[in-house]
Amino acid sequence: MEYFVQQLANGLTLGSIYGLIAIGYTMVYGIIGMINFAHGDIFMLGAFAALIVFLILTSFFAGIPVALALLVMLIIAMLMTSLWNWTIERVAYRPLRGSFRLAPLITAIGMSIVLSNFIQVTQGPRNKPIPALVTDVYHFGDITISLKQIIIIALTAVLLTIFWYVVNKTPLGRAQRATEQDRKMAALLGVDVDRTISITFIMGAALAAVAGTMYLMYYGVATFNDGFIPGVKAFTAAVLGGIGSLPGAVLGGLLIGLIESLWSAYFTIAYKDVATFALLAFVLIFKPTGILGRPEVEKV
Amino acid sequence: MADEPLLKVQAVQTFYGNIRALDGVDVHVNRGEIVSLIGANGAGKSTLMMTICGSPQARHGSIIFDGEDITQQPTHLIARRRIAQSPEGRRIFPRMTVYENLQMGAGLDNLRYFKEDVEKIFTLFPRLKERQSQRGGTLSGGEQQMLSIGRALMARPKLLLLDEPSLGLAPLIVKGIFEAIKKLNKEEGLTVFLVEQNAFAALRLSDRAYVMVNGKVTMTGSGKALLANPEVRAAYLEGGRH
Ligand SMILES: Nc1ncnc2c1ncn2[C@@H]1O[C@H](COP(=O)(O)OP(=O)(O)OP(=O)(O)O)[C@@H](O)[C@H]1O
Ligand SMILES: [Mg+2]
Repeated sequence: MEYFVQQLANGLTLGSIYGLIAIGYTMVYGIIGMINFAHGDIFMLGAFAALIVFLILTSFFAGIPVALALLVMLIIAMLMTSLWNWTIERVAYRPLRGSFRLAPLITAIGMSIVLSNFIQVTQGPRNKPIPALVTDVYHFGDITISLKQIIIIALTAVLLTIFWYVVNKTPLGRAQRATEQDRKMAALLGVDVDRTISITFIMGAALAAVAGTMYLMYYGVATFNDGFIPGVKAFTAAVLGGIGSLPGAVLGGLLIGLIESLWSAYFTIAYKDVATFALLAFVLIFKPTGILGRPEVEKV
Repeated sequence: MADEPLLKVQAVQTFYGNIRALDGVDVHVNRGEIVSLIGANGAGKSTLMMTICGSPQARHGSIIFDGEDITQQPTHLIARRRIAQSPEGRRIFPRMTVYENLQMGAGLDNLRYFKEDVEKIFTLFPRLKERQSQRGGTLSGGEQQMLSIGRALMARPKLLLLDEPSLGLAPLIVKGIFEAIKKLNKEEGLTVFLVEQNAFAALRLSDRAYVMVNGKVTMTGSGKALLANPEVRAAYLEGGRH
């Protein structure tokens, strides 16, 4: 039982990170119907931005409190990735809007390669480690929960609440949903559609940066191809939960995190990805729109 | 300035690809007028309504609104000049509630007048009040039509464009909507430019009207004059009226 709870905590931590990344996939898909394959690399960029900020902080302000260092890392990583994603949308995706459906998809794959190669060239191909930032652990009987796990889960919960509020209750969120549902009508009501799409890319990137920073803090290393596997997992999470659905992305992320850690704990770790994708296939057979995907019942 | 028409469409041509849907259209709407546009299916009426809003943009000619050239402006900036449209097909946001759809209409003022305006809409269409937390996509066709008109009114428009407001509505509701338009026009000086299949009702309601055929305006005159015109009667009224 303790073992199970332990794995649950590990799974939730991993799932939070997937969920944060998955939101970026799902929102961009929702608003422009495109899979932003470069999103995993935006996450990786976030981790690297945090890493570089960490190195700068520790060499110029040795003895800086860890909490402050993490905060600065988070904020700068968010700003950097937002700028990146905004630029990518501006130069690589927007000009292709209204062209054939595969064009932006292919461009996105291209962008993904550009980003990971860029980091490989400028930062080197090897693992970049950092010393452990947060080392506190708490024992509850036989269960060990680390402070960094608590930070990740709590931060994710807070961000998701804010995010939920923005999307559902603010004029910006309404404009986003309107753009998603009928772009032409949104424009007829005075919504600046291009700007709304840009903001969506920025929001997705900011969450990916948080995920990247948390990933760096959790595992203590970053590599140029870190965007790939977590990116694919997060994308799977988005599809599993129902692409286009925000709660779905979070749910999908948590599920995949849980499956991975529970499977690794009770079965062979080598097959954990097989388990994940088997679940995905299983869900899609019975519910092609994903767990929380919207059933198409509206008459439009 | 006051004598200038609120909307002046001059020699406008609009294309879909290589197909010319509007072929040199001249139309104007004065402040405080109700003007209607009638014509057969495919004549280009909806295209004119959408061209005024810049979606698609006119390829030739000019559109002047409130003294400013809006021909090349993007749609959202035209909307911000207070041209509101209830477009063809209603275009309700299907996964937003009725209330949120109305909020979208009031987005230009950041909901500043939302509370008082939404009460007006609910008085106009009590059905919308009952349905306010229902999702737009699940409304009946007629309810969607009411919502579409209500949403356009929420923008406090200087010019209201209505593309077939009576489509799919029961005769009693149509009567209600036309009365409401007349009332808003009389009491608040709302300027209205509307497309109607129900030519009889539209011409009776309107100060002036245009007849469009194949992307061109072929006739214009007061609503009364067109109602009496034998050609118009033959083409759009007789048999058209049940
Ligand atoms: N998106 C489009 N792409 C290509 N052609 C179009 C498009 N929209 C309209 N058309 C064509 O332009 C012409 C005018 O269409 P429009 O919708 O303006 O007619 P309408 O007068 O509103 O007709 P109705 O009374 O049936 O609504 C038609 O021949 C139509 O086929
Ligand atoms: Mg039409």
